[in-house]
Amino acid sequence: MTTTAPSKDPGGAGLSAQFPERSERLPPGALETRHLSRQIGGRRLVSDVSVQIGRGEIVAVVGPSGAGKSSFLRLLNRLDEPTSGTVLLQSIDYRTIAPQELRRRVGMVMQTAYLFPGTVAANIGFGPRQRGQVLPHDNIVALLERVGLAGFADRDIGHLSGGEAQRVALARTLANAPEVLLLDEPTSALDEALVRGIEELILGIVRERQMTCIIVTHNRAQAERMAGRTMLMEAGRLVTIGPTAEVLHAG
Amino acid sequence: MLAELRDMIGHDVMVGLAQAAGAIALCAAVVLLCRWQAVRVEREAAVSLLRGLVQMVLVGIVLAVLLNGSLLIGALILLLMTGAAAVTAAGRIKGMGGALMLCFWSIAAGAGIVLAAMLATGSLRSQVAMLVPVGSMIIANAMNSCAQAIERFRAEVTAHVGQVEAALSLGAEPAVTVAPYLRSAVYASLLPRLDMMKSLGLVWIPGVMAGMVVSGASPVYAGIYQFIIVAMILAASGITGLIATVLMRRRVFSAAAQLLLRPAEADKPAPAG
Ligand SMILES: Nc1ncnc2c1ncn2[C@@H]1O[C@H](COP(=O)(O)OP(=O)(O)OP(=O)(O)O)[C@@H](O)[C@H]1O
Ligand SMILES: [Mg+2]
Repeated sequence: MTTTAPSKDPGGAGLSAQFPERSERLPPGALETRHLSRQIGGRRLVSDVSVQIGRGEIVAVVGPSGAGKSSFLRLLNRLDEPTSGTVLLQSIDYRTIAPQELRRRVGMVMQTAYLFPGTVAANIGFGPRQRGQVLPHDNIVALLERVGLAGFADRDIGHLSGGEAQRVALARTLANAPEVLLLDEPTSALDEALVRGIEELILGIVRERQMTCIIVTHNRAQAERMAGRTMLMEAGRLVTIGPTAEVLHAG
Repeated sequence: MLAELRDMIGHDVMVGLAQAAGAIALCAAVVLLCRWQAVRVEREAAVSLLRGLVQMVLVGIVLAVLLNGSLLIGALILLLMTGAAAVTAAGRIKGMGGALMLCFWSIAAGAGIVLAAMLATGSLRSQVAMLVPVGSMIIANAMNSCAQAIERFRAEVTAHVGQVEAALSLGAEPAVTVAPYLRSAVYASLLPRLDMMKSLGLVWIPGVMAGMVVSGASPVYAGIYQFIIVAMILAASGITGLIATVLMRRRVFSAAAQLLLRPAEADKPAPAG
C-alpha cells in the first residue's frame, strides 16, 4: 500500500524540523495530529497539539490531573469533535473515514471500565459483533488468558473487581484488532504485581501486531518502561515531546 | 331554544361554581397540610387550580357553542389540543433543540392514527360533542406517554454515558448503543396505560362509561365501549412513545456518531465493575 504525502502542513514547519526522519511519508498505522484543539465555552481542553507518531511506536502522555490527557485521547478516535485542527490516520484525514470504521481501527480503553451487562465473553465479542462477525470462543478464551483472566469467560460482569473489569475492557478493545491502541491509565486499578504483567502483555501485543500505542499514565516508571517517547501536557497544551528519559527528567 | 339553553346553563353554572369552590377549599386544606411538612406548593397549586377551572369553563363554552359542529371544526380543536400537549411534553427536555416539534409529531401521529381508525370503523362519530372529549382523552394520554418516554430516555442515556461511549468506541452504530435505553423508555411510557387497562372496572370506572349509562345506554355496551377507548389510549400511547424516542435518538448523537447528551455534574454515573 502506498501512502501519499499530505500536500501541505500549514504552520507545521517546526514539526518536520523536529522529526526530520519521519518527515512526510508515514508508514501504515501512523498517527498525526495537526493543531488539534477542542474548546468548550471559553475553556480550552486541548490546545493546538501537533504530533507525529510512527507505526509500532509507543508514546506516553503525562501531565498533571486536568491537563487534557483524556480529552486528547477522546479526540483521536473522534469520540469528541475537534473545534479546530484534525488527525491523520495513515496520512488520511480521519474525518473522511466513517466514525464506526475509524473507532475500530483506533481502539480506546477508557480511564474507567464501563462494561455492558452480561457475561465477560459477551463483552469481548461486542466489537466484532458490530460488524456481523462472531469471535470464536477459543479466541475469547485466549484473549482472557493473556490479560490474566483465564476461566472468566462465562462470569457475569456484575461480580468483577475494578482491576478485573479494567482488564476485560482491555481485552474487549484488543478483540477489535485495532491498528492504534489508546490507553487511558490502563493499570490505575491494578496492584503492582499485576501492573508489570499487563505492561508486558501490552508491549508484547503491540510489538506482535505492529500497533501504534498511546498510553496516558501518572506513573513515571511506567512511562520509562513502556514508551520510547513521552509527551508532556499542561493546561491542554503540548509542552514537550521527546525521548522519555529526557522529558521526565527535565520536568 | 338557544335562550332556553342559556338559562339552563346559567342555573347549572351557579351550582357548578359553588361545587368548584368546595373542591378548591379541599385542595387548599391539602396545601396547608403539605406546609406542615415544609412542602411549599401554595403558589403552584393556586395557579394550577385557577388555570384548570378557567380552562374547563372555556372548554364547556366552546362545546356548548359547537355541540353539533362538523368534523372539520372538531379536527381543528384537536389540533390545537395537540399543540398544547406538545408544549407541555416538551417542557420535560429543556435545552434540547427541536423538542417541541418532536413532541408535536409523535403525539399527532399516535392520536391521529388511532382517531382516524376509530372514525373509519365507525366506533367514533364525527360530531364535535363525541369527537372532542374522546379525542382529548387520547391526546392527553399520548402526551403523558411522550413526556414519560423522552424523560426516561434522557435519564437512562445520561446515566449510562460510559457504556454508550464504550460501545461507540468499539465501532457500534449509535442506535445499537442506546437500544436498551430506548426499550426501557418505551416500556416505561406504556406501563401506566397497561395498569389502567388492568384496573379497568376493578378500581376505576371511567367517565365515558358513567356518562353513557347516565344518558340511558345499555351498561354492557357502555362497558365494552369504555374498553375500546382504553385500548385505543394504549395504542396511541405506544405509537407516540415509540416515535418520540426514535426521533429523540437521532438528536442525541452528532452526525459523526458522537454522544451529545451530557449529564449534569451532579448526576455523573458511577463506574461499573
Ligand atoms: N465535557 C467537558 N466540558 C467541560 N470541561 C471538561 C469536559 N471534559 C473535560 N473537561 C475539563 O477539561 C480538563 C481536562 O480534562 P481531562 O479529563 O482531559 O484531564 P486529564 O489530563 O485526563 O486528567 P486526569 O489525569 O485527572 O485524568 C479538566 O479540567 C476537565 O474538568
Ligand atoms: Mg484523564
